[in-house]
Amino acid sequence: MIELFGVPLPALMGQLMLGLVNGSFYAMMSLGLAVIFGMLNIINFAHGALYMAGAFLAWMGMTYWEISYWWALILVPLALCVVGVIIERAFLQWLYKLDHLYGLLLTFGLALIIEGLFRDQYGVSGQPYPIPEELSGALNLGFMFLPKYRAWVIVASLLVCFATWFTIEKTRLGSYLRAATENPKLTQAFGINVPLMVMLTYGLGVALAGLAGVLAAPALQVNPLMGSNLIIAVFAVVVIGGMGSIFGSIVTGLGLGMIEGITKVFYPEISSTVVFIIMAIVLFIRPAGLFGREK
Amino acid sequence: MKTKRISLAVATAVAAFATGAAQAQVSDNVVRIGVLTDMSGAYSDLAGQGTVVAANMAVEDFIAKQKPNFKIEVVSADHQNKGDIASNKAREWFDRDKVDIVTELVTTSTALAVQKVAKEKNKLVLMSGPASTRITNEDCNDVTVHWTYDTYAVANGTAKAVTKQGGKTWFFLTADYAFGHSLEKDATDVVNGNGGKVLGSVRHPFPGSDFSSYLLKAQASGAQVIGLANAGTDTTNSIKQAAEFGITPKQSLAGLLMFITDIHSLGLKSTQGMYLTEGFYWDLNEETRAWSKRFFERHKRMPTMVQAGEYSSVLHYLNAVKAAGTDDTQKVMAQMKKTPVNDFFAKNGKIREDGRMVHDMYLLQVKKPEESKYPWDYYNVRATIPAAEAFQPLALSKCPLVKK
Amino acid sequence: MTVNKNIGFAALFLLGLLAPVLIYPVLVMKVLCFALFACAFNLLLGYTGLLSFGHAAFFGLAAYAAGHALKVWELPTLVGLVFGTVSAAALGWLFGLLAIRRQGIYFAMITLALAQMVFFFLMQSSFTGGEDGLQGVPRGTLFGLDLADDMTLYYVVFIICAAAFWLIYRTINSPFGQVLKAIRENEPRAISLGYDVGRYKLLAFVLSAGLAGLAGATKMLVFTFASLTDAHWHMSGEVVLMTILGGMGTVLGPVVGAGVIVSLQSELADKVGSLVTVIMGAIFVICVMAFRRGIVGEAMALYRRMVGEKV
Repeated sequence: MIELFGVPLPALMGQLMLGLVNGSFYAMMSLGLAVIFGMLNIINFAHGALYMAGAFLAWMGMTYWEISYWWALILVPLALCVVGVIIERAFLQWLYKLDHLYGLLLTFGLALIIEGLFRDQYGVSGQPYPIPEELSGALNLGFMFLPKYRAWVIVASLLVCFATWFTIEKTRLGSYLRAATENPKLTQAFGINVPLMVMLTYGLGVALAGLAGVLAAPALQVNPLMGSNLIIAVFAVVVIGGMGSIFGSIVTGLGLGMIEGITKVFYPEISSTVVFIIMAIVLFIRPAGLFGREK
Repeated sequence: MKTKRISLAVATAVAAFATGAAQAQVSDNVVRIGVLTDMSGAYSDLAGQGTVVAANMAVEDFIAKQKPNFKIEVVSADHQNKGDIASNKAREWFDRDKVDIVTELVTTSTALAVQKVAKEKNKLVLMSGPASTRITNEDCNDVTVHWTYDTYAVANGTAKAVTKQGGKTWFFLTADYAFGHSLEKDATDVVNGNGGKVLGSVRHPFPGSDFSSYLLKAQASGAQVIGLANAGTDTTNSIKQAAEFGITPKQSLAGLLMFITDIHSLGLKSTQGMYLTEGFYWDLNEETRAWSKRFFERHKRMPTMVQAGEYSSVLHYLNAVKAAGTDDTQKVMAQMKKTPVNDFFAKNGKIREDGRMVHDMYLLQVKKPEESKYPWDYYNVRATIPAAEAFQPLALSKCPLVKK
Repeated sequence: MTVNKNIGFAALFLLGLLAPVLIYPVLVMKVLCFALFACAFNLLLGYTGLLSFGHAAFFGLAAYAAGHALKVWELPTLVGLVFGTVSAAALGWLFGLLAIRRQGIYFAMITLALAQMVFFFLMQSSFTGGEDGLQGVPRGTLFGLDLADDMTLYYVVFIICAAAFWLIYRTINSPFGQVLKAIRENEPRAISLGYDVGRYKLLAFVLSAGLAGLAGATKMLVFTFASLTDAHWHMSGEVVLMTILGGMGTVLGPVVGAGVIVSLQSELADKVGSLVTVIMGAIFVICVMAFRRGIVGEAMALYRRMVGEKV
């Protein structure tokens, strides 16, 4: 068996693949946070809870209304987009003039509400969500059996990340968005409806969280606490990548997932803390994050 | 934490019954039984509301048969598998709500925590759900009875059977808290003692949801048997994911602590042929079937050993209160230890000085789907492990209460 | 105003002395510990303008440190409490060094992430007992008093909290406290006035962390138990909620907030189960949307308006 630093290569590659799967979730989540932060200057603490809600909506759709996984992939993000728009209209729009901290506190409260409601209804033991038939089984990669579903998670999230990046950086709509972020007053003066853009941005960010939730449901099963376990690590990812950088959040998310995978092989004791250790180091060297600009 | 208070009976002293037993000296004339369990988490299926049902059945049966001259109340709460919540709740129950005895306590960490509070307050604890042998060893005290099973008993049954069947090399997937550690340790001793070898182990957080990276480690170890030193949804998820990653059937899994509810949720197809050790199976004989049918009517599921043990322990306690004529902690304890346990759950069960209730255990094997004839027909009984062999011998006990 | 304040403090003190006779003492002790925790936190949020989302780390670490000192090293209770407090202050110094490099939301997220690191450290270390927690810590004795008795312990806890509260009060009203407020109001101006803002912030952070630690160690003594719940980020959120609900930047606000939240939780837990979290979340939202001055802040504003009208 080929070995690398005393570790059998297949074991290392296997953990790297799993790290890439986790990294896909980090990337999608931190991307949503970055989009929202760029436009609204709000750290969306409810992001984890909305991700969990996405997974639960998919599960509820399947259990109560026989909505298939593939339909859930489309319908759940749409539903959450509506939820996001409602949150923005009802709460967030009143906070833009205040200290940004209030946005963080408000979304923290929303996170507690959403998590509590699902806990009360479904307990914390988790609900199984079957892997769709088309994606059951495993691929033999030589060094490991990679379940087809997890391979799909990687592909799907890369596609979504690319599409989001493309929309923001390369399309007309995206250019309005960037302009509105840079200088809202001027953009408004050019006849672009900035409040509408802000509302849609929040909806889009939330929809991304919901999509990540649907993708996670078959792999990780559906649990009211799944979001709160993830969100703090994603915060660290965002701090490392630099806030508001779309590209930075995608790359950092994937990269950190893989680093976590590697630590699981070499030094498993710190695998759950490695993200935070890296964050501390980055803060010392580049306080604005790897891809962020010092303001 | 939802507490339900169900006043079950107002049985005033009946003149016809005044002969014989002394007038019971029960503090404030009410015996309050607290069921502290996991109502919403990983173990809510195997314990949870079902144990409250079982405790209520015990109280009703006791009242119908013994016509006591004191009231009995059952209260219950959710400890969420957290030691601090359990400890605070027990403290509040003892201090404020005049609860006389805390029962159930699935999840070892909650059991160890409540055991200490009970000792401080000099109240009794009857444990049906938790598994660790620490309860009757390092942490033992004179107010605790460990009723249904423990990690020694299940390891001694399952790990021995699997090793003897040819599973010589093992790797453990262990839930990272007192229970998992105990189970891993006890199973390791059994594997080594029967000519097997343990290649390593990996610990996962409790409760876990994604076991993939731990399973890959187990796979890389090349062990013949992956021992699951966890329970509840952790076990069922490990089994599902092992299949997903193509680990089974190349390597085999041994669920060291599994309950009939786990088999029920996984299905016979993916569990057939697995060995497990339980203190109770509903389909053992007429008596167990009769009780389990009554339980099924109320709970819509067949009882696990934890739920059956809860009934047995509560009934034994109530009988002891009646016989001793008091709810004084040490007098009731003495009475419980003096009397053998005889009901559908245990025959000639005995509470030892370390607090361990010893009774027969059963080595079971999961049936093939085609062997199962009716709902919940899941096991073949492979062996009855007599009480004397099933549990850790007193000679090995680390409990200071054991006189050697 | 000063007279009113003194009367207020005296009334509160008297209430504290009488409370355990009327209410379950363990519950009052819990309120006191959280009141101290929230006051320590308020020193940072209310008086320096720094929102830390990682204060559970200090609270939790101190609980474990004190518990370990009492249970394993068998040190006297007083030494254990001091050890817990000092450990938390040291951790606060480390956190502070990293976190004060950034402001606002960044500061909040960094403290949150650092606290999560401490959480995992505590979860995996063997001395904490991991998921089981550190159980059965002896309460010990203090100046010959047996703390196993709830009433005796109550008055010890009461004195600890009152002393810490006094310390915080003095700090706020000292020249040091004035500089902190200047930083909160306008940091660039404080810098241009020649103050070494970084050092002031760090000192405030360490002080706040140490006092949060004292609260954690004391709570551990009450429940004879240190657990991961104490270090979890939900705990950090709870202390933010207490402070905001009571009124940040007011002396008594955090005490009121802690009292309301702790009693709500203990009253509701049995009745509504997990919906407690929902209620906490709703209070959060209401506070942020419509009630930003908090209970004490609003009451003071009302009082001022009434007085103002008379004049």
